[in-house]
Amino acid sequence: MPTPDEIKQRIEAALPGAAAEVEDYTGGGDHFRATVVSPAFDGLSRIAQHRLVYDIFGAEIGGPIHALSLTTKVPEQA
Amino acid sequence: MSEQTSNPIRDAIAEAIADNPVILFMKGTPDAPACGFSARTVAALQALDAPFAAVDILPDPRIRQELSGLSNWPTIPQLFVKGELVGGADIVTEMFESGELAQTLGVEQPADATVAEPQPKPLGIENRLG
Repeated sequence: MPTPDEIKQRIEAALPGAAAEVEDYTGGGDHFRATVVSPAFDGLSRIAQHRLVYDIFGAEIGGPIHALSLTTKVPEQA
Repeated sequence: MSEQTSNPIRDAIAEAIADNPVILFMKGTPDAPACGFSARTVAALQALDAPFAAVDILPDPRIRQELSGLSNWPTIPQLFVKGELVGGADIVTEMFESGELAQTLGVEQPADATVAEPQPKPLGIENRLG
């Protein structure tokens, strides 16, 4: 079962310059909410921004990570 | 699941997306959403009074598999407008609050546009696909 801290670290390791805040918002260890700020999102549509984050986890989304609710921002918006 | 040349479920999904200008793939139905995220997305569309087609992905796990394969989007719900994936619950809610969703759908934004965030329901139904 992933922890919010693991998810945070994986996002920050995968995306250049990313800062992530992750919470387990049901307390059940499988529904997470993340706010991710990274210059890697610059110029991308929301869909593309979210895909960058989802791609880090691949098939884990919908599996052990039942849901990962996302808010993505570039540093200027943060 | 391997790629196959003949894939009736994927073809049916692609056809539904092509045939319906606004289509939501969700867990449950608009009247009885089976997941908080689907409920939130339906609430945004209903708050805008926007007509939409809805497909319940729960009856057969292959629907979700093929949909995600087609859209390259891992989670449910998924909203398509004019054949394009707009997003899931997070993006739809964000776009609803900013007025972009009304714009995308070609409808009026109501003056007091807010979506209450429902608490996720117990996970029994969702876990059918676990």
